[in-house]
Amino acid sequence: MTNTRIFFVGGLMSFRAQFNWLNPWILVPSLLVSPVAQILLFAYVGRAAGVGDDRFFVVGNALNYAAIPCMFAMTFAISGERWGQTLGLVLVTPARRLPLFLGRALPVIVTGWGVAIFGLVVGSLLLGVQIEVGAWPALVLAVAITSFSCTGIGLVMGAACLRIRDGATVGNIVFLALLVFCGTNVALDDLPAWMAAVGEWLPLTHGIEAARGLAGGATLASVSDSLLRELLTGLAYGVLGLATLGWMERDSRRRATLERM
Amino acid sequence: MNHRVRARVRQLWLCYRLQLKILLISPFEGFLGILFPLMFATATLLVYRVAGDPDAMAYAGLGAAVMGVWTSVTVSASTLLNRERWAGTLELLVAAPTPFAMVLIPITTAMATVGLVSVVLTLVWNRVVFDVHLAVESWPLFGLGVLAATVTIAMFGFLLSVVAVRYRTAWALGASLEYPGWLLCGFVVPIALLPVVLRPVSYALAPTWAVEAMRSAAAGDSPWAELGICLALGLGYAAVAAYLGVRLVESARRNATLALT
Repeated sequence: MTNTRIFFVGGLMSFRAQFNWLNPWILVPSLLVSPVAQILLFAYVGRAAGVGDDRFFVVGNALNYAAIPCMFAMTFAISGERWGQTLGLVLVTPARRLPLFLGRALPVIVTGWGVAIFGLVVGSLLLGVQIEVGAWPALVLAVAITSFSCTGIGLVMGAACLRIRDGATVGNIVFLALLVFCGTNVALDDLPAWMAAVGEWLPLTHGIEAARGLAGGATLASVSDSLLRELLTGLAYGVLGLATLGWMERDSRRRATLERM
Repeated sequence: MNHRVRARVRQLWLCYRLQLKILLISPFEGFLGILFPLMFATATLLVYRVAGDPDAMAYAGLGAAVMGVWTSVTVSASTLLNRERWAGTLELLVAAPTPFAMVLIPITTAMATVGLVSVVLTLVWNRVVFDVHLAVESWPLFGLGVLAATVTIAMFGFLLSVVAVRYRTAWALGASLEYPGWLLCGFVVPIALLPVVLRPVSYALAPTWAVEAMRSAAAGDSPWAELGICLALGLGYAAVAAYLGVRLVESARRNATLALT
């Protein structure tokens, strides 16, 4: 019961306290205007280059933008405690680390999912992209799995931010890597082989592939392999993130650097 | 030289040099200000590369180089006054006998200079990574186009910094202008491809004309008409910003709202 309360109530409280992007003056330009603008930018680049179609870019960029809240909110949820001088208090509690940190991830996944769905809907409406009504439930699931896997990498970044001061810069660098390597705007087959090989091991890649298939009329069963791979990638990053958090925590205690700014 | 002119030139130079030093050692505004547009230019060129048209690659490569100036200025300038506010120096700047505009212009020019570094790096990157050959008929006129883009985007930043003075989370506004600016200014997509309703906005943006001038100079055509319009628009931004700057500062002093606390 205590673990459940820590997971749900603690996670939500931490998210509301640390993720200051929930302020509408930040949320609207950052998480609603920017994803749509990115979709339009690359859709028009595609039109100018005569490559792909609008649906390809709408799906790729909408899902890519899910990474922004997933990574930044997860980073803020952990490193924000340090800036607020509350990290020591959080870590000194006897609460189990798994519900403590995974609870912080749940609202982040929901936010990333919401941003990607908003991008998909508005991008489709603005560019006149037709996605069958029947494809949406599976698409919603694919976006949720992709948001989960992006939150996994966010957990790794959050852990790294216990040591690195400039989380915003690191977050942007990872976002750029996801933009270029994950087939967001160029199918993996059209990327140089080494870039495609890197992309295979990153979150987003298989989620985008599956979502593109679903938006194009494929069945959930036919893209289940990609979705499973996306899920496993997210799990692997999540486990890596939790392990890194534990390591950083122990190391910070040993070196007395937990709250060093 | 007149003593007052000499004193003004010295103040502008010192302010510019100091701000440039601050920006160049900032991981977010220096390093990321260069890396972010560079990676978006990479993503754009990867799309164009799929079509394999060298002329289209050259077109996009040239425009992509200017993306960095836009990014450096819009993202940083929107937070310019907030940074001074948080540092506790805004009141000192406003109270100084130096006209406020003369403080802001060298700061936004320093931001545009970071963008100028980005232009050079992007052109080299395009050549090395994508084998994009920049065939320029007239290098002096091409350089003039780059300079016009830099100066007028700095003036746009000046206007933006003044307009955003009462917006506490202005960084979100600046960041959300990044993609629309890249699209509307025709850096990587011909303006003729944009919806008719958006084209007047494109033509009201000075960088649109600067990039056109660069393309004309590269093709061996006369860029003077585009340069004239570009500089006229830049002067217009500066005049509006100077007027608004005086009014807004007067209002903030009268209502004691400069600190926004």
